[in-house]
Amino acid sequence: MNRLTHTLRAYPTLLRIGFSEMLAYRAEMLVWILSTTMPLVNLALWHTVAAQGGPIAGYGQSQLIGYFLSAFIVRQMTGSWVVYEMNQEIRAGKFSMRLLRPIHPLIAYSAENLAAIPLRAVLSLPVAITMLALVGGAGFARDPVLWLAVFLSVFGAWLINFIVMAILGACGFFLESSLSLMYVWQALFFGLSGYLFPLEFMRDKAPRIYEALHLMPFYFQTGFPIELILGQHDRASAFRGLAIEWAWIAGLMIVLLVMWRAAMRRWNAYGA
Amino acid sequence: MARRARYGRLLWIQLRTSIATSLQYRFDFVVEGVMGVVFALLALVPLWVFRANVRSLEGWSFPEMVVLVGWFTLLKGVLDGAVQPALVEVVAKIREGTLDFVLLKPADAQFLISTSKFEVWKILDVMTGIGVCSYGFYSLGRAPRIEHVAVAALLLLSSCLVLYAMWILVVSAAFWVVRLDNLAYLFISIFDFARWPVTIFRGALRVVFTFVIPLALMTTYPSMALLGKLSPLTGVLAIGGSLVFAALARLVWVRAIGRYTSASS
Repeated sequence: MNRLTHTLRAYPTLLRIGFSEMLAYRAEMLVWILSTTMPLVNLALWHTVAAQGGPIAGYGQSQLIGYFLSAFIVRQMTGSWVVYEMNQEIRAGKFSMRLLRPIHPLIAYSAENLAAIPLRAVLSLPVAITMLALVGGAGFARDPVLWLAVFLSVFGAWLINFIVMAILGACGFFLESSLSLMYVWQALFFGLSGYLFPLEFMRDKAPRIYEALHLMPFYFQTGFPIELILGQHDRASAFRGLAIEWAWIAGLMIVLLVMWRAAMRRWNAYGA
Repeated sequence: MARRARYGRLLWIQLRTSIATSLQYRFDFVVEGVMGVVFALLALVPLWVFRANVRSLEGWSFPEMVVLVGWFTLLKGVLDGAVQPALVEVVAKIREGTLDFVLLKPADAQFLISTSKFEVWKILDVMTGIGVCSYGFYSLGRAPRIEHVAVAALLLLSSCLVLYAMWILVVSAAFWVVRLDNLAYLFISIFDFARWPVTIFRGALRVVFTFVIPLALMTTYPSMALLGKLSPLTGVLAIGGSLVFAALARLVWVRAIGRYTSASS
């Protein structure tokens, strides 16, 4: 039996273990979800701005509600915390255990992260229902093909997030404080992804930056999936976006694998 | 009097240990400084966009909101630097049972745990906050009046007091529910709402943010004072409210510590 089929057979079990772990910490999970308040903080601001000054770049009050509640849900679905776990395990010397197992550590981490998604989906369901009630069906994508694109873009967003977090975590093999790199990435993410406000707001004021941001990976982590959900893309532009998104995923994956090989070569367990 | 001097000396010793610890992480100094500035600028980006759409928001003009964001940044620095690290440690101590050693020491336990850890580099956030405030006044084209600065300084004390009281309340909850690290995290994310004036929230949310989780006391009122827009009555009520909060927190803490039975028993 080769390694691939071996991994494939183990994966469902890994997912099941991850899921049971999540269930054991369900109260904690709920608190984590409640602490995603940033979209709501910004919704409050923009909602008031739109109430006084009229729609901003085509976003009226109800579109803004749709945008930020989608941002909340996309963030829930695509979260990854590998970098914290790797950082902690590398420093505590627990990482050796991971390497001894007959499964690639990255695969194991991915299963732990993916297993959280069903529970997160269930817990953010009330938000989705509220959103639908407030905005009405007309504010969302109608075309089933586009909903397939939504699925692919959200999954892609998770992959980008996971791969980048793993890259940053792998920096921990070379640097002492990989977590500060992670804060840099997070700042860029907040500013450039459309998480704080729709990128459309910049179209008139800074067209150059606006164009450039649409090619960056940040946009595909938040802005793009949200715009798909809200039905702002037709099939052609959705396809174009997905192509760029998955090209990023492929590129980042290569970076991760190269770094991983280099890291494994210099790996020395602590406390030996 | 001797008692007060003793606590003053204790505070100095605890602070000195924290400084010594922080000096070991010099690289963090650079990271903290850069990140503080970046995050402060990021917080201003929405304001620039909103300036293009409306002249003022619920009575707050663009430069006035910049002052508010500056105040928020400053207070966030105080929270992250002086309040949060120590109290996160308590939660860990409760879980591991090592709180016993603190309780055995011949000094007030609340004092000891509250001063056990300071993140000294967060002082850079405080300075960034002051910088942002100055930029706000620069755009306003005037300097704040001396008496307004004095009132704001007074309200800074009271807002730190509220912040600290909220934290003590959160930590006291850890005596009942042991796994609480993320409840603290939840509070930090709710604190993010304080970056906008409380007046942009409507109905129930505004009541909550004024009286239950008094974000208005922490950022809105003090920056109004700095701008000279705060009515004296609101100022007095704000200070009174913060004292009530602090008294409540102390009361809850004393009750909570009475319930403490070490981790293994």
